[in-house]
Amino acid sequence: MSGSLELRGVAKAFGKTEVIKGVDLSVDEGEFCVFVGPSGCGKSTLLRMIAGLEDVTTGDVMLDGVRINDVAPAKREIAMVFQTYALYPHLTVRDNMGLALKQAGESRARIDQSIAVASNMLALGDYLERRPAELSGGQRQRVAIGRAIVRTPKLFLFDEPLSNLDAALRVATRIEIARLHRELGATMVYVTHDQIEAMTLADKIVVLRGGRIEQVGAPMELYNNPANTFVAGFIGSPQMNFLRAGALGARGETMGIRPEHLAISATAGEIGGRISHVEKLGGETLVYVRTEVHGLLTVRLFGEHDFTVDAVAFLTPDQARAFHFDTAGQRLR
Amino acid sequence: MAQARGNIGRSIAAHAVLIAYTLIALFPVFVIVVNSFKSRRAIFANPLALPWPEHFDLVGYTTVLKQGDFFQYFLNSMTVTVASLFFVLLFGAMAAFALSEYRFRGNTLMGLYLALGIMIPIRLGTVAILQLMVAAGLVNTLTALILVYTAQGLPLAVFILSEFMRNVSDDLKNAGRIDGLSEYRIFFVLVLPLVRPAMATVAVFTMIPIWNDLWFPLILAPSEETKTITLGSQVFIGQFVTNWNAVLAALSLAIVPVLVLYLVFSRQLIRGITAGAVK
Ligand SMILES: Nc1ncnc2c1ncn2[C@@H]1O[C@H](COP(=O)(O)OP(=O)(O)OP(=O)(O)O)[C@@H](O)[C@H]1O
Ligand SMILES: [Mg+2]
Repeated sequence: MSGSLELRGVAKAFGKTEVIKGVDLSVDEGEFCVFVGPSGCGKSTLLRMIAGLEDVTTGDVMLDGVRINDVAPAKREIAMVFQTYALYPHLTVRDNMGLALKQAGESRARIDQSIAVASNMLALGDYLERRPAELSGGQRQRVAIGRAIVRTPKLFLFDEPLSNLDAALRVATRIEIARLHRELGATMVYVTHDQIEAMTLADKIVVLRGGRIEQVGAPMELYNNPANTFVAGFIGSPQMNFLRAGALGARGETMGIRPEHLAISATAGEIGGRISHVEKLGGETLVYVRTEVHGLLTVRLFGEHDFTVDAVAFLTPDQARAFHFDTAGQRLR
Repeated sequence: MAQARGNIGRSIAAHAVLIAYTLIALFPVFVIVVNSFKSRRAIFANPLALPWPEHFDLVGYTTVLKQGDFFQYFLNSMTVTVASLFFVLLFGAMAAFALSEYRFRGNTLMGLYLALGIMIPIRLGTVAILQLMVAAGLVNTLTALILVYTAQGLPLAVFILSEFMRNVSDDLKNAGRIDGLSEYRIFFVLVLPLVRPAMATVAVFTMIPIWNDLWFPLILAPSEETKTITLGSQVFIGQFVTNWNAVLAALSLAIVPVLVLYLVFSRQLIRGITAGAVK
């Protein structure tokens, strides 16, 4: 049932402002593809173009090898889950989920059966006769996901579906979405701000900046092999430290080192500085060290450690785990 | 504690101002209604007195109900007001939806053009409107009045409603599109219920001037069959004698329908936007 998506040179301009500047991408059947990028980089716009809610200025959107640029959203065999849930306030949960099939002229029996399957999957059976106003935020989002499942689409689109939920619910729903992806084997495109969602859900992460793709790859590929400083800084939390290569006698302009690959010592090391802040998270400790040459650097240590703020500290990067970038921010291999 | 007392003080002041305003606003209505139940002599002798049994008199109402075809006038006013209101809300909401929802060339200009009527009184065009109605053979029909009032009400309706429609969640409309609802269904089923309070506001603002208007009924539809209540009441105001009992009774009766309409709309106003659509 699931389909493959391909974008060929897709671009979008609102009047004179170019928002998407030529995107080429293919998402295979059954793949979970996540769009990440800073706010305003065009993630939602790109998703809405795939959904057919926004015209494509140039380029082609292909679903299963068929060009769907001019196909109406309802005819594209896609389903979309919105950040604000967007449930129909005047309909019950059952009718919310069944509307698309009813519009498509399916039989009542077939609709009821699809609703039963979806509501079982999401444990929504008890709420079918309620209206959206009578549900909690988490339940509403499950209904929105259920509404998408009922349609058995070729492609699922999610636009930041978890960002209105609280932290605990976000984790639960994230796991639910991962389970659904496994069970349905459906192709999914998912937009998020959240590092952890991207890393845990994705088969393939697409990093966008200013309407262009910066890098595409599996989560660990982007983490271990970033193509440039932008991707290196964007993937991984806490953020990668960027050091001035010249001061360390390293290659290129910038040397990137992840916080867990910086060793800290009170007595000796390559980079001297003062501890400006310590964050203890129980399982790990983050130490922020202010240095003359490289600015504020983050060190990540496992377990609990005691440090005094304002104490002198020395840092030593693990050269084997360092990344090197040229003046344009591109990775030197 | 001081804070709480300050709040009470402020709230008393606010209530005092509002109550004073209400009294001032209601006073003329009160005088009209009270005097409509009194004999002619009592009206002049003591206009502020309540209609105690000794000067209680229904002569105004009997005159009104006997004279002319008052029920017909009522019906005319009702027809004109309700029909105009219906068209103002329908076309106003549709235009507002188009302006707020679709990007097209000249969108802003069109919005400004449609809102221009707020600043230019339609009465300036009376002569042209009369010529138009004569040419179209619509003089002395209620259709003429309905057309004019629809035109009169639209600018404000478009202006207010398009502001509100901009705030309706895009996600909700898009969900409808993906589920295969037509743009008309999206408009009528998803968007209109969410802007109901705004529609009620527009309805109230549109309704009152139409109901009270004397100008266009006098010019476009003065015939006996098409007289509105406001115009019909004028028969009691003569150049030399005015039948005050009848005028006051007619005015008191004229308040009732518009009050009922207002109550209907204000309930919508207060009910507020349906919760739970988004978030
Ligand atoms: N209708 C529009 N008209 C003009 N510009 C628009 C329109 N919609 C979006 N944009 C612009 O397109 C750019 C991308 O917007 P988009 O909503 O896709 O960003 P995003 O990556 O989803 O951001 P966020 O993470 O904040 O949701 C933004 O700079 C925005 O200002
Ligand atoms: Mg977005």
